[in-house]
Amino acid sequence: MELTGIASYLVSFLTFAGIYAVLALGLNMQWGFTGQFNIGVAGFFAVGAYTSAILTTPSSPDYLGGFGMPFLVGLAGAIIASTLLGLVVGLITARLRTDYLAIASIGIAEMVRLFVKNEGWLTNGVRGIAGIDRPMADTALASPFAYLVIVVLFVAGVYVLVERAYGSPWGRVLRAIRENEPATAAAGKSIASFRLQAFVLGSAIMGLGGGLYAHFFGFLSPEAFMPLYGTFLVWVMLIAGGSGNNRGAILGAIVVWGVWSGTALLTDLLPTEHATQAAALRVLLIGVLLQVILVLRPEGILPEKPPRLTSRKR
Amino acid sequence: MSDILQLLVYGLVLGSVLAMGAIGVSMIFGILRFAHFAHGDFMTLGAYLGLAFISAFGLSSWWALPAAMVGMAVVAVFIDQVLYRRIRRTQPVILLIASFGMALILRSLVQLIWGSDNQTYASGIQFPWRLDWLGGLRLKPDHLWIMLISLGLVAGVHLFLTHTRLGKAMRAMSDNMDLALISGIPAERVIMVTWVIGGALAAAAGVFLGIDTRLHPVMGWTTLLPVFAAAILGGIGRPYGAIAGGMIIGVSMEMSTLLIPAAYKPAVAFAIMVGMLILRPQGIFKGTV
Amino acid sequence: MSSLLEAKGLYGGYGGVDILQGTNLRVETDEIVVIVGPNGAGKSTAMKAVFGLLKVREGNVLYRGETITNAKPEQMVRRGIAYVPQEKNVFPSLTVRENLEMGAYLMKGDLSKRLDKVYTLFPKLAERRRQQAGLMSGGERQMVAMGRALMIDPQLLMLDEPTAGLSPLLIDETFERIREINAQGIGVLMVEQNAKQALSIASRGYVLATGSNRHEDTGPNLLANPEVAEMFLGG
Repeated sequence: MELTGIASYLVSFLTFAGIYAVLALGLNMQWGFTGQFNIGVAGFFAVGAYTSAILTTPSSPDYLGGFGMPFLVGLAGAIIASTLLGLVVGLITARLRTDYLAIASIGIAEMVRLFVKNEGWLTNGVRGIAGIDRPMADTALASPFAYLVIVVLFVAGVYVLVERAYGSPWGRVLRAIRENEPATAAAGKSIASFRLQAFVLGSAIMGLGGGLYAHFFGFLSPEAFMPLYGTFLVWVMLIAGGSGNNRGAILGAIVVWGVWSGTALLTDLLPTEHATQAAALRVLLIGVLLQVILVLRPEGILPEKPPRLTSRKR
Repeated sequence: MSDILQLLVYGLVLGSVLAMGAIGVSMIFGILRFAHFAHGDFMTLGAYLGLAFISAFGLSSWWALPAAMVGMAVVAVFIDQVLYRRIRRTQPVILLIASFGMALILRSLVQLIWGSDNQTYASGIQFPWRLDWLGGLRLKPDHLWIMLISLGLVAGVHLFLTHTRLGKAMRAMSDNMDLALISGIPAERVIMVTWVIGGALAAAAGVFLGIDTRLHPVMGWTTLLPVFAAAILGGIGRPYGAIAGGMIIGVSMEMSTLLIPAAYKPAVAFAIMVGMLILRPQGIFKGTV
Repeated sequence: MSSLLEAKGLYGGYGGVDILQGTNLRVETDEIVVIVGPNGAGKSTAMKAVFGLLKVREGNVLYRGETITNAKPEQMVRRGIAYVPQEKNVFPSLTVRENLEMGAYLMKGDLSKRLDKVYTLFPKLAERRRQQAGLMSGGERQMVAMGRALMIDPQLLMLDEPTAGLSPLLIDETFERIREINAQGIGVLMVEQNAKQALSIASRGYVLATGSNRHEDTGPNLLANPEVAEMFLGG
């Protein structure tokens, strides 16, 4: 099914937004639910994407691959790998103060990037992995529109999952930790253990996002997971949409991706010798946008309205 | 043996850079209670401000240093007044994210104004001295200058912290913020001085980096992780700890190339940091956790 | 002639829950006023409210007739009110002398006279002036804490449980020092757990329970009061 210019752009736009929505939902599980500052989202994103790519691409003399597994196996691998990374990171950081967790998470993302860049035997280094196929390639179901549907289905699935988790007894404990940590600890709940669970679950979701990205874009390189694209945008999305709030995460992804893409359209109007400057300008705009939001409306577009456990006089 | 000595020299130079950055990060963390993620990009902007200054006036490389330090001191205070202070008063939890955003803003500004290519302060290669009496150790004059000037800056900071009222107030606020307020210490003034010092030292680190290697928009961001590691290793809020931490991390990073590929140097800093966080989060000099 | 300090009908607490329920306090110049009561009575809370460390939701705090409710600590210090918290009351990495200097941060001019006064009152601090406060014993730290507060030549000294965790000998010494300080014309308001001993040096005392005043009387009268004795003066 051939799509004309605008429709094709729209499909691509929505697919990207959907992938970022998945990442934002994962981050919300860590930040929104349990206040854990993960500035290393890019690391989990990359691990998921690369795992899926390595599992599903055909064999190559340049790097370890050639498992040629189907799409869903790739995604499953992405989730598992990302979960394991989340477990390792979480075990180190679950007891740490917020800022230390943030610093450690930057370190993790950096380690992942170094690994991807240097261990070419596995990841093909800076040359990247190409030719990552859509599911059921060579059939009509490999169209961009079909992939968009797949992504939307995953977004919906993850949304239902996290909403359910939020409302469950487990979610109630998480909310209790946020509202009143000392009391919850006194009630016998292991704060660190719950934080770890939320962190790992969030990592798993981010890994899924990575896998979805790999098969959408078809090509991976370490450059795609620089802190800007892999981490910062996701944070801006979550904050703009409304952190602590799953609907906010999805809304934020769409809105911020819209702003980001919009700036690309604008800077495309500039002469090409200014291409790198234009890219920097876009980053500057998004950065300033974040600061404006943080100062003027830090609760985001959709403020969080969690059910209160106890009524508090304000 | 000569290899080890050579790496030690490189390590001390890197250590000086890290120490300059770590003092600022440590004081900011100790007094303002947040990890300043834009500190690396403070280093970057400082280096470029220095470059602009010497280009505009046709001066030699080392003139970049005072210009950078003054420039970044002003920029740091400005950023705090315009942005961080507002957030400090309403939602201190998101200071971290705001500083992460600031990092990207500064980096993109640098790219916009100066472009993404590598730049240097001076063209041409400096020829190192060959110290045969130390086993053929190669020492570039610049390396010596970096270490000496760092020493001087450290001495200056030390004098400030121990012999001036504001300096002592900074140490007091880092020790016990509540008591400092109860004693009537003017918090905002101390905070401003913290940014002046933090910004100036970060600029120095940037200039040193630029002189030792080259200038590039991500030069500071890639140094941020080792800088944080140094601050944590030394103990948050402990400037002398930051110096010790910087030196230890710098030397470790360079020495590690004897065993592991050079590309993984940052991993050494990261490993030391994680080790500290698990085993002794208050650092060597027992800072605030 | 207005009182040195007067707190009327204070309501306030932490996070929206009022611990103080209409608390009243008064200190005249030259008085030692002691606040006693069971744990959780709101004694420390009352002090913090007076000093502006806690938001007073309702009620007034007057210093020499001037309203200072919810004023910032800096303004309290400028007016000559000094506060010594119960815990974390020194700067651990600073030396004794530096601790004292910080106490007088807002004071202009040469600090040597002020330092001498404190050293005269606490000779041990003079001996140890270069020692890091964090490395000192509990009793010595208490001295540093009080010395720091005295550096501004306050007219009102507020002490939160100054004898907490001290040995009986040190407790005696501390109360003796407080008497000396008061003899120099400084009004003292203190919260104390060692109620009996505190009341014996007090001009007046307040018994607080669940955030409100239960008894108010002179020190000797409270000591003699059988109700008070039964409730609080176990030993």
